[in-house]
Amino acid sequence: MNKSIMIVGVGGQGTLLSSRILGTALLLKGYDVKVSEVHGMSQRGGSVVTYVKYGDKVHSPVVGIGEADIILAFEQLEAARWLNHLKIGGKIVANTQKIDPMSVVIGDAEYPEGVIESIKNAGVEIYTLDALVKAVEAGNPKSANVVLIGAMAKTTDIEKDIWLDALKQNVPEKFLDVNLKAFELGYNS
Amino acid sequence: MKKLLLGNEAVARGLYEAGCRVASSYPGTPSTEITEFIATYDEIKSEWAPNEKVACEVAFGAAVAGARSFCAMKHVGLNVAADPLFTSSYTGVNAGMVIIVADDPGMHSSQNEQDSRHYAKGSKIMMLEPSDSQECLEFSKMAFTLSERFDTPVLLRLTTRVSHSRSLAEVSERVDNGLKPYVKNPQKYVMVPANAKLKHVEVEKRILEQTEFCEKEAVELGLNTVEYNSKKIGVITSGITYTYAKEALGDNASYLKLGCVYPLPEKLIKDFCNECETVYVLEELDDYIETHCKKIGVNVIGKEAFTLLGEYSQGLIKKVVLKEDAKSVTADVNIPPRPPVLCAGCPHRGLFYALKRLNVTVSGDIGCYTLGVAKPLGMMDTVLCMGGSVSGLHGRNLADPENANRSVAVIGDSTFIHSGITGLIDIAYNNTNSVTIILDNSITGMTGHQQNPTTGKNIKGDPATAVSLEKLCEAVGIKNVFVVDPYDLKETEDTIKNALSLNEAAVVISRRPCALLKTVKHKPALKVDKDKCKSCKACMKIGCPAISMKDGKAQIDFTQCLGCGVCEQLCKFDAICE
Repeated sequence: MNKSIMIVGVGGQGTLLSSRILGTALLLKGYDVKVSEVHGMSQRGGSVVTYVKYGDKVHSPVVGIGEADIILAFEQLEAARWLNHLKIGGKIVANTQKIDPMSVVIGDAEYPEGVIESIKNAGVEIYTLDALVKAVEAGNPKSANVVLIGAMAKTTDIEKDIWLDALKQNVPEKFLDVNLKAFELGYNS
Repeated sequence: MKKLLLGNEAVARGLYEAGCRVASSYPGTPSTEITEFIATYDEIKSEWAPNEKVACEVAFGAAVAGARSFCAMKHVGLNVAADPLFTSSYTGVNAGMVIIVADDPGMHSSQNEQDSRHYAKGSKIMMLEPSDSQECLEFSKMAFTLSERFDTPVLLRLTTRVSHSRSLAEVSERVDNGLKPYVKNPQKYVMVPANAKLKHVEVEKRILEQTEFCEKEAVELGLNTVEYNSKKIGVITSGITYTYAKEALGDNASYLKLGCVYPLPEKLIKDFCNECETVYVLEELDDYIETHCKKIGVNVIGKEAFTLLGEYSQGLIKKVVLKEDAKSVTADVNIPPRPPVLCAGCPHRGLFYALKRLNVTVSGDIGCYTLGVAKPLGMMDTVLCMGGSVSGLHGRNLADPENANRSVAVIGDSTFIHSGITGLIDIAYNNTNSVTIILDNSITGMTGHQQNPTTGKNIKGDPATAVSLEKLCEAVGIKNVFVVDPYDLKETEDTIKNALSLNEAAVVISRRPCALLKTVKHKPALKVDKDKCKSCKACMKIGCPAISMKDGKAQIDFTQCLGCGVCEQLCKFDAICE
């Protein structure tokens, strides 16, 4: 049975590294894996999404409406934006961080109140954490992406050792300590 | 050994394993990483060319000299390279030559949604299309073999989802057969009419031979595949759409997957259609395979049930073929859109702010700075194609010379070298009072930081000859060339204002390296003194993503701010400080 995970966020938040760590972990677990990223224009502060699919044999690399088992959201509004991609009965792991889109910055739109509550009210299982605070605690605000991978790792059936291996394979040596700490803070949250 | 490879990485690996020796490309999403990965192999001479036409000609020259070679580009890049493409079909090659073109259905990062398969048919050049990373690797190798066997360049077509998806691929060792001897042969390589007429006859013969190859041998090689399951539904498809169809329909359908999309087989398609009850052609963008099917007289369902627009998906195929709708949840939230924006600290921001103050018409171009079209700056009137800003401004000023002092062109350093320089020569030669602004951020930005002829470094980051933009502009006959730092708002505005008042052609070089470059040192993030902030929102006029209003006062996000100081210059109350 194939599973689908979506990593959604804002360009610049480091979603690509997270998807690489996740892809590596699934590969180490012995699954067939496909990871789909979009580069280019979407990096510039826009809404970004990465699809990760795994199982015995994966065909399509993309996740469509109503197909995701897990959505890992790096930002509240992005969790809501991609919610329709969640499978009925799927779950969300979300960072409580809010990043104003330009339409909000310039006053053309408002950042909605109660995003997380609205998602809960739709009957969706959602787990939230403040990854930025934990990343600062780990020693670098940029490690919020690894905090979030740690938080999601806990909800999967992949052993912790595999996650740590995957982390080591994808993070440069000099940033490893910070990222290991960030992973633990997410995993134990 | 199997590795999780990005489609583009797998293409690079395939080219490497096949003994490729020369690579020349111009960056363009989603093709860029192919050549970036190639640059990591020391056995291959790789380079960023000034544009796709040059890249294609370099690859051609190398192939004639006897080296397996390739060039890679995005779909619109193939328009630029179309001239060498069409005639290289006549000359053929010596060693193998592969031309890689990456289409962008859905326009994730492009200005149009063209279907490059038409180029294969138009230029009569064989085109292969992989559907995952394993095929990216295999087809790249096969492309060289077929190029040499049929004496033709071979096109490899990718789409965004193939280029930018990671899947498992089996890697092996490189086999390099060395330089193939070059034998002088003007009848083959000099395309004067007398020779070209003879070569055209050979091209038509070659297409017949290749069609024959596609009917049988391509099936044996696994290039074209036939998979019979339930014969109630038959699917003719290629590329990424095959993976969508397999996921949507599984064993409830049979598949004819065309790894070679030009030329297309006839008998193979007819036989498949005879076996299946209802046959769908599943292809993104144009009705390319469908038209062929209808021409050879088989009954298929195509675009009347699907769409010419955007990407396909397993969901779309389930909906149309199986009449199954996806079930999903929605939350009761009004979600504002989040389009891409100029980054915090982007040097283009100050430039666009100055243009806004001057209220000029802006002839725009392709690059990060195209984002200057977005609110609150909103400073772009036209964007057509690479280089089009400069020649477009010349045209505007020919039509309406009275307003030449209220119009400018904006173009990036790499785009200017790509094809802006020819427009500037036109301005100088045919004499309009056009003001061209070159946004020199010392890198090719939008595609993810590639070196270019102005940066002083080559693809490997080693020192290289740098084009001086000032001297280049002067050399083509522009007498007024100015350089400004776009972080200095007043200087930038005054300089452009002066250039517009000269009643002569002028170039303003707005020079400041991309804030995301690792070599750029940043100042500490700025802060807002809440007591001094009068909530006038002057700092919001530049559309910096690091600035927002909280509880009625401006605030600066320390994780984004790079301390560029542009907002500081807008605050009349000294509320923004280090």
